[in-house]
Amino acid sequence: MIAEVGHLALCFALALSLILALFPLYGSYKGAAGPVLLARPAALLLFLLTAVSFAALCYAFWINDFTVAYVANNSNSLLPWYYRLTAVWGSHEGSMLLWVLMLSGWTAAVALLSNSLPLILQGRILGVLGFVNVGFYAFVLLMSNPFERTLPFFPVDGRDLNPLLQDFGMIIHPPLLYMGYVGFAVSFAFAIAALLGGRFDANWARWARPWTLAAWLFLTLGIMLGSWWAYYELGWGGWWFWDPVENASLMPWLVGTALIHSLAVTEKRGTFKSWTVLLAIAAFSLSLLGAFLVRSGVLVSVHAFATDPSRGLFLLAFLLVVVGGSLLLYGLRMHAVRSQARYQLFSREVLLWGNNVFLLTATLVVFLGTLYPLFHKELGLGSISIGEPFFNSIFQYLAIPFALLLGLAPWVRWKQQQLQPLLKPLSLWLVAALVLALGVLSMYQTPAANVALLGLLLGAWVTMATIGEIQQKAAQLGGVPGLFKLQASHWGMVLGHLGFAMLVVGIAMTKTFSVEKDVRMKIGDSVELNGYTFLLSEVYALNGPNYGGQAAELEVFQHGEKVTHLHAEKRFYPVTRAVMTEAAVHARLSRDLYVALGEELSGPSWALRVYVKPYVRWIWLGAILMALGGLVSLSDKRYRRKAKTEIGEQGAQAHA
Amino acid sequence: MNPRRKQRLLAVSGILVLLSGGVGAMLYALNENVDLFYTPSQLIEGLGEDKKKPVVGQRLRIGGMVVKGSVRRDEHSLKVSFDLVDTGPIVTVHYDGILPDLFREGQGIVAQGTLLDASTIQATEVLAKHDENYMPPEVAEAVKGIKHVAPKHTYPAGTP
Repeated sequence: MIAEVGHLALCFALALSLILALFPLYGSYKGAAGPVLLARPAALLLFLLTAVSFAALCYAFWINDFTVAYVANNSNSLLPWYYRLTAVWGSHEGSMLLWVLMLSGWTAAVALLSNSLPLILQGRILGVLGFVNVGFYAFVLLMSNPFERTLPFFPVDGRDLNPLLQDFGMIIHPPLLYMGYVGFAVSFAFAIAALLGGRFDANWARWARPWTLAAWLFLTLGIMLGSWWAYYELGWGGWWFWDPVENASLMPWLVGTALIHSLAVTEKRGTFKSWTVLLAIAAFSLSLLGAFLVRSGVLVSVHAFATDPSRGLFLLAFLLVVVGGSLLLYGLRMHAVRSQARYQLFSREVLLWGNNVFLLTATLVVFLGTLYPLFHKELGLGSISIGEPFFNSIFQYLAIPFALLLGLAPWVRWKQQQLQPLLKPLSLWLVAALVLALGVLSMYQTPAANVALLGLLLGAWVTMATIGEIQQKAAQLGGVPGLFKLQASHWGMVLGHLGFAMLVVGIAMTKTFSVEKDVRMKIGDSVELNGYTFLLSEVYALNGPNYGGQAAELEVFQHGEKVTHLHAEKRFYPVTRAVMTEAAVHARLSRDLYVALGEELSGPSWALRVYVKPYVRWIWLGAILMALGGLVSLSDKRYRRKAKTEIGEQGAQAHA
Repeated sequence: MNPRRKQRLLAVSGILVLLSGGVGAMLYALNENVDLFYTPSQLIEGLGEDKKKPVVGQRLRIGGMVVKGSVRRDEHSLKVSFDLVDTGPIVTVHYDGILPDLFREGQGIVAQGTLLDASTIQATEVLAKHDENYMPPEVAEAVKGIKHVAPKHTYPAGTP
């Protein structure tokens, strides 16, 4: 019964999203206020209905209602309640429901928080969002209904949730990631609405910026959590595999990062307009492409969803409509838009343009590397895979100019900048960065040209240049108290850039100094790695609620002193007949100790994977710092200032 | 041409040169890092219409079903070797390390490695999907149609 309520709510939601797609757009086309005013209640009701539907599915999981096929396939009565609830988005159908919940949530948020926008623009934005909603609700109802019944022959117990997903990381990773993916729909809607109206001014950019920042920060956190989860849950100790599904999330992130920078130029200088619109379209299209890649089964990946060609076809058609339609509109409307601002070759505009070029090149690299095997196969040239070295080496080369520009850009003024006044302070900070990088590296080894040195240099340069810029600002504003006058978005930029520096250092150090060893050990054996001695003291049988298996206890010593105790598990889930590795991790800022238990061998002895990974935490902390930067930027007062006079003027123009 | 235009032209052409250089380098790197996928019969008999066989030392991927009873382990280290089969000939894979959780005899795996000789591969990585019924799609394609025919090469039970 409850499941039918959920299904019905979804059907109503689809109808409502149709209303949302048609009426406000019609109203803003005709200049009639009535249909546009419909948009807000429609958006709120849409979210409410979706929430009801989502709650219904949660309830079905909660009471173990195995007459619902999706519950029967992804849950089990032995599953603890918290994993039963997270199993809601553990597979395709439920995750699509979560997706539309997020989408309607963003739509409702736009409806609630867009008071300061001209009515006509509100109508356009919500109308475009309504159109996007229609696509996804139709997809859920037609292609992946989570409320399908197994009646009359329903199973006594469920097939259990994939053990990989029975984990804390899984509870929060997908919601954050989807928040990011779906959030770019709002940037997209702003871009399309502006194209429809043909107006791109500083106000438009100022409205679009916080939404884009919010989506970007969720996506950042989502990707970071996914990486962290893979690190400890997959038992390989890797944090990025260039897996197609990971790449699918990285592409919208890279373009989104370019977009927030390009939006800054559009807001501050009224230029880069057509470029910004194109980026907004691209970011959302790449989110859709990600959904298509993950859910259609065209790519072989460790964590693609169960595959169904018709779903892929639907998503591909939707993607083509979105991309084709928006590019057509772009072609029709964009010629009228002129950027008035003039700027010299050495100016912040040009440097930010450089930022965009490098980020888009990186996107192109990921795009090629992800889709090339697909084309290769479809052309009948045989199956191939693209090796990690391809991505790694190109990203390494791209990082050098990117980080150099990143350190420099905040020092450079808009419009034009003389090189002379910058030379002295910048070279001082450059020397400081060199000293810092070499100093840190010499603690590890004699400084040699390698990835670690490169990463440290780039990280130190970005850090020093950022600090130097703050110091310069302090001098201009009359000492440290003057820094309080700086806008929140400036501090957001500083945090974001420092986060990037941390990320680069983390990646380079981990890549260079990680020591990984697969060993065969008996009880009482010890192995030495990077100064740490790992002693296998005990292995015993496990007895979990829905799993069995083995657990190993290890003692870790350094210089004869005990550092920590590690507990690694190898679990066996009888319902899904799956084996899972629960790695033991001892984390510190400067290094991780990582042990994963492998199979039991004759002897009795065990295969163990023992890693020491320096600075691996910095990768995720850097990403968190970047997201924090986004949050701080978001808190900038000017995004909440109501531009009263401008509303009147714009409204009048739009009605004319 | 006025100075501003000249400057812009210089900037644009400079960027174009950089960009095309970058794209060129990218495509080169891409081609360097392509690992062809083989099934055991493709490895032995050659791939595609012109029956191209891989050369010794080449990096490649191989996917097949692990032959029952073919897993041989070293007593004192993690060295292991096993045979892979799809529809015909068998290929031996050597590996030193921990096999994935779902590595089992009779199931499909994918190994990444280099070719040691015509029918032997030294693997650097062995992958098995987290799904009990997993068969690499490429293997499924090769096996399609003759699914119910017993494989030619199976070891009698009990042989090491």
